[in-house]
Amino acid sequence: MERNLTLIALFAALIAALGLLPKLNLVSGVPITAQSMGIMLCGTVLGAKRGGLAVLLFLALVALGLPLLAGGRGGLGVFAGASVGYLVGFPIAAFVTGLLAQVWRDRGGFIFPAAAALIGGVIVLNLLGIIGMSIKLDKSLAEAAVLATPYIPGDIIKCVLAGLITQGLLKARPGLARV
Amino acid sequence: MISLISEISTPYHRWAAGPKLLALSLFTLAIFFVDGIVPSTGIVVAVAIAYLVCGLRFARQGLRMLRPMLYFVVIILGWHWATDSIIEGAVIVLRLLAAVAAANLVTMTTRLEDILDIIQRILGRLWVPEQARRRFAMAIALVIRFTPVLVQKGGHLVEAWRARTVKRPGWRLVLPMALLAVDDAEQTAEALKARGGLN
Repeated sequence: MERNLTLIALFAALIAALGLLPKLNLVSGVPITAQSMGIMLCGTVLGAKRGGLAVLLFLALVALGLPLLAGGRGGLGVFAGASVGYLVGFPIAAFVTGLLAQVWRDRGGFIFPAAAALIGGVIVLNLLGIIGMSIKLDKSLAEAAVLATPYIPGDIIKCVLAGLITQGLLKARPGLARV
Repeated sequence: MISLISEISTPYHRWAAGPKLLALSLFTLAIFFVDGIVPSTGIVVAVAIAYLVCGLRFARQGLRMLRPMLYFVVIILGWHWATDSIIEGAVIVLRLLAAVAAANLVTMTTRLEDILDIIQRILGRLWVPEQARRRFAMAIALVIRFTPVLVQKGGHLVEAWRARTVKRPGWRLVLPMALLAVDDAEQTAEALKARGGLN
């Protein structure tokens, strides 16, 4: 019980820390915020339930007014903005990623966690994000999808990296997958 | 831990958190029934006045918090300018600005403890057992405590990286950072258990 709670809390803190660190070069020359990778890692490392709860906890702190989103944003205002679909999608994305990662856990390697992150952290997340933008900005779904496209290539790179990092983490701390 | 609350004292700081949050919910809901350029401008002006009555410095702080919105404002206005419906675009932008600015106003004038208190009370009303509420409070405290710790440790990793190479720090730092988080979690869990656990 204690271990689950501290893992959930520390991964919520990890998402925040990844957003607060100066931008890292994920691919040479293209600085991308590592925060959304934190969301994927919550799922691939902690699994569906704990991963989803870690992201929910992170969002609760953002709503409470802590500037934890990438770029130091936070407060209730971000939930009224156009990217609300992505925020609501974060815990669902982590949950779906975690569900798939748990199913594929025994297969090892980095491909399976990367695929889980792709389905949960990119496809599901963007779907919800696009629905949110289409409602908030009064656009059709196709028009809102155009707004989301520039970020997709970066997201796919993050999935591969999330897969590699998960593989490294589970190798270094094999007990981590234990619920 | 830095919070987004404004250090400039305003009358809103003295208002109770509950009614403020309720008013914000109603305001945000009402905004999306507003249509037309004149009413939308009116709402933005009203929110601007709500900031301005607290002084120019406070209003400037509020304006700074709206900066991340610039991306959407430019895209939406550009889009509607291209499709010859600029008025419609302006209404969308004004409504969005009013909603975000009003929410920021509540965040800037309400203490973290007060909002936490409200959440605990709502959870209590929803028959969430006290044990679960205590765990939630503990988790919140842990994140607030450990976020700066992890940022600091991440900073050390960046320094160590820079000492070894002229390349910019890359994604390879995320793995050791995640490992640090995992190890901190394990140690904190042991410490909590040693002090009688969560129950």
